[in-house]
Amino acid sequence: MTQRTLELTVDGVKVSVPEGATLLDACRKAGKDVPTFCWAANLTPANVCRICVVELGGARTLVPACSRKAEAGQVVQTDSPRVHLSRKLVLELLGSSVDMSLSRDFQALSKRYGARPERFGNKAARAEAGARDAAHAGHHHPGDGAQAATVGQPVKVDNALFVRDYEKCMLCYKCVEACGTDAQNTFAIAVAGRGFEARISTEHDVALDDSACVFCGNCIGVCPTGALMFASEHELRAQGRWDESKQTVTDTVCAYCGVGCVLSLTVQDNEIVRVTSPSDSSVTGGHLCVKGRFGYGFVKGG
Amino acid sequence: MDVRPTAPPPTEDERRAVDAALGPPDAEGPVTASEARARRTHLLPALRAVQERLGFVSEGALGYVCARLGLPPAEGYGVASFYALLALGERPRAFAHVCDDVACRAAGAERLCADVEKSLGPAFSAPHRADPGQPHPKTAARWARSPCLGLCEQAPAALVTVAGAAPVEQAFGGATVDKVRRALGGEPVEPLPCTLGGAGPRRLLARAGVVDATSLDDYRRRGGYEALRRALEVGPEAVLREVTDAKLVGRGGAAFPTGRKWDAVAKAPVRPHYVVCNADESEPGTFKDRVLLELDPFSLVEAMTLAGFAVGAEQGYLYLRGEYPLARRRLENALAKARARGLLGGDVMGRGVRFELELRVGAGAYICGEETALFNSIEGFRGEPRSKPPFPVQAGLFGKPTAINNVETLVATLDIVREGAAAYASVGTAGSPGTKLFCVSGAVQAPGVYEVPFGTSLGALLALCGGVKGRLRAILLGGAAGTFVGPEALDLPLSFEGARAAGATLGSGVVLVLDDSVDLRDQLRRLAAFFRDESCGQCVPCRVGTVRQEELLARLARGAPSGSVKEELQLLRELGQAMRDASICGLGQTASSAVESAVKLGVFEGKP
Ligand SMILES: Cc1cc2nc3c(=O)[nH]c(=O)nc-3n(C[C@H](O)[C@H](O)[C@H](O)COP(=O)(O)O)c2cc1C
Ligand code: SF4
Ligand code: SF4
Ligand code: SF4
Ligand code: FES
Ligand code: FES
Repeated sequence: MTQRTLELTVDGVKVSVPEGATLLDACRKAGKDVPTFCWAANLTPANVCRICVVELGGARTLVPACSRKAEAGQVVQTDSPRVHLSRKLVLELLGSSVDMSLSRDFQALSKRYGARPERFGNKAARAEAGARDAAHAGHHHPGDGAQAATVGQPVKVDNALFVRDYEKCMLCYKCVEACGTDAQNTFAIAVAGRGFEARISTEHDVALDDSACVFCGNCIGVCPTGALMFASEHELRAQGRWDESKQTVTDTVCAYCGVGCVLSLTVQDNEIVRVTSPSDSSVTGGHLCVKGRFGYGFVKGG
Repeated sequence: MDVRPTAPPPTEDERRAVDAALGPPDAEGPVTASEARARRTHLLPALRAVQERLGFVSEGALGYVCARLGLPPAEGYGVASFYALLALGERPRAFAHVCDDVACRAAGAERLCADVEKSLGPAFSAPHRADPGQPHPKTAARWARSPCLGLCEQAPAALVTVAGAAPVEQAFGGATVDKVRRALGGEPVEPLPCTLGGAGPRRLLARAGVVDATSLDDYRRRGGYEALRRALEVGPEAVLREVTDAKLVGRGGAAFPTGRKWDAVAKAPVRPHYVVCNADESEPGTFKDRVLLELDPFSLVEAMTLAGFAVGAEQGYLYLRGEYPLARRRLENALAKARARGLLGGDVMGRGVRFELELRVGAGAYICGEETALFNSIEGFRGEPRSKPPFPVQAGLFGKPTAINNVETLVATLDIVREGAAAYASVGTAGSPGTKLFCVSGAVQAPGVYEVPFGTSLGALLALCGGVKGRLRAILLGGAAGTFVGPEALDLPLSFEGARAAGATLGSGVVLVLDDSVDLRDQLRRLAAFFRDESCGQCVPCRVGTVRQEELLARLARGAPSGSVKEELQLLRELGQAMRDASICGLGQTASSAVESAVKLGVFEGKP
């Protein structure tokens, strides 16, 4: 079957893309750098962070490049004043409510768009453990506006393998998709609550051990903000020993079974501190199982 | 799919509540993925049934619902925790929701809340401290504040629910502590009649208040089912033509041409087609659909059948907001009678046409009035709007071509089909033919639902309501997502083009009149709190933007701007622009519209 191609204009440059391509594909083809947070090549677009918005001729609002399908004749602007303003505000809204300190993309974009999250005031104190999980839809304490509400809360440490630091959660939905139909089909976690109190949660916020979680770690692999983190990395960071300058990444093939998953091992001081898989790997699509992801205990010191 | 039950086994009461909603369990083996997908649509009805019986959705009940539906518990929890009327921690079976939204505020809701607090104790607020894994402790609170209950013409209003084997739900205006207490005790509280008025021909309100709303015979005596009879005679194409020629546009707020919508569904090659009635009416200040549903429920059943016939749909869904118990009872009665008399089912009016209609009841989520969020809610997902395109006419409910319309839009088609497009356009303006319902509340002598021809001036409408009480300060047109106009706007012609030219919107027909005794800054804060509470939380501009907007307005209301008022207003403008431009759906896109219009009225000039 021959695939039709579509021609459109991005920032004045004509590009053609195959039918079914997104505006993001078209923008990239035109050499334009359109930022993304919640989009990933190996996941269904969640279409929620809105950092990727572009101006589409004839549209009332801006449109998300990551999920809007390209159509012939479209005229797209990736750097208009409206695009600039919306991206700056998205960064400021995230920066003022979420701990984005581990996202390099966020740092770079904040500089590029001149985002100043502090315009919205000083961050409010973090909530007590469990308080955000107890929120009731449609009810919040109206504050006096003196401080900026955040998703701040203590780290959830309920198992030996990974921690969930939802103070860093930008609610990109990636972990939910990875745990669900896009990879793992386990559905241990979902988005719960509503509005600013929306959160990633197991049923009734039970510990991961008590949930359906099989500890494949695929959610960690896709998390863009470091909210989900290997316990090993979390410990090293807490001790102030996490040092990327001392780390190397080595690709190898997992030896547990016959599938042959590609593993990328991050090693610091002779210890494996993180195991990932390339998202463009044809075998894994970036996803692994508990053995490949966490079964490295035996390598340690070996 | 790996569904591992983690919840405690259900108690007898929990099991009974769920089985009543889902039917007795058959010898259920494991549910396959495709069965689970099909069963998921029963999730919200099952959760509501549990709430109605136990007064909250317990862990055991939720676990049992999920097991019966083959649904991962985390997903069931994600859905249950989305709705404001579903409690996840145990609370008293008798519970009151007291409206403190815009119209009720103007009618002393804060005073009522203070009195209720004195009588019943502190209002519900999510428990402050919870042990991880045990997030929803028991609460003793017997009441909570509520957004608009759609009873604004009789403000202040309350909704009282008493859970049990025979649950009692009552919503009433003219609320007092005494009425709330009586309702909590399960005693009936007489509903107040809604003032109905207008000028020109009565079409939408022709029967309301006159017909016996529970009698199909009386409905038919007064012209009921004449439109459907005519439709069946002339055929679907002729119906589509009349609706298009009448230039009917949607009354739910977006003002989209109904003929074009129906045509697109009728022509869609994918089958089946669906029709959906959007009766989620939750826009603050809106109550016209409630009045139609309570006083003339058969008209909606007829109109949906007609719509189904026109677009080739054999199944319809009517999605009613959860806070309308009387409308629900009236609709259940109307559906049962229409079914019994062959006006629904496999052979409508003996003409070989098949149409079934199912009532679905929401559970406290304004966002579920957004059409695609409504589909998700019916399908058993979180009420999160979908990204458009694809539009509902291409891929709507269950991914199929769907015509979704507001209650008033649907009822308007009855006149159009019965009398013809030309007769319909005999009143109104060239751009907006016909009549429109307005929900007038606040500082007028006789608040109520008024039917007037499009083009009637705002001042003339207020005169029909007996005029303004006190000195007019501002009018909120179109609802929370609408715009404030000042006293100089009384000449504004109430038509879609007239409103547009004035930079305003008719929205859902809200006309909330505020006199100068009302603290506008406080009202704006309430509006901002509403959007924060009702945001689904999906997209960053709205999820966080509505919080920042509320914080900003709280500072301004206290007279404590960060920097200068001018700087705050600049920040507000930028925030508004980003929410408008980058939000997924209409909620975020309009969340700053009323606030920004109020700035133009000089609300933030001078001392608070
Ligand atoms: C946040 C939000 C809430 C809405 N609530 C309602 C509602 O309660 N009732 C309604 O008819 N339309 C509502 N709408 C508009 C619907 O999305 C849709 O446009 C309408 O149901 C179409 O019907 P109509 O063409 O007959 O107006 C809402 C839209 C948004 C964005
Ligand atoms: S580790 Fe795997 S199963 Fe557990 S929550 Fe993450 S993706 Fe789901
Ligand atoms: S935990 Fe990470 S992957 Fe999951 S929603 Fe939050 S930021 Fe996204
Ligand atoms: S604009 Fe608000 S309500 Fe609409 S999808 Fe985004 S977060 Fe949800
Ligand atoms: S990357 Fe497009 S919306 Fe997040
Ligand atoms: S019922 Fe209270 S504002 Fe509408």
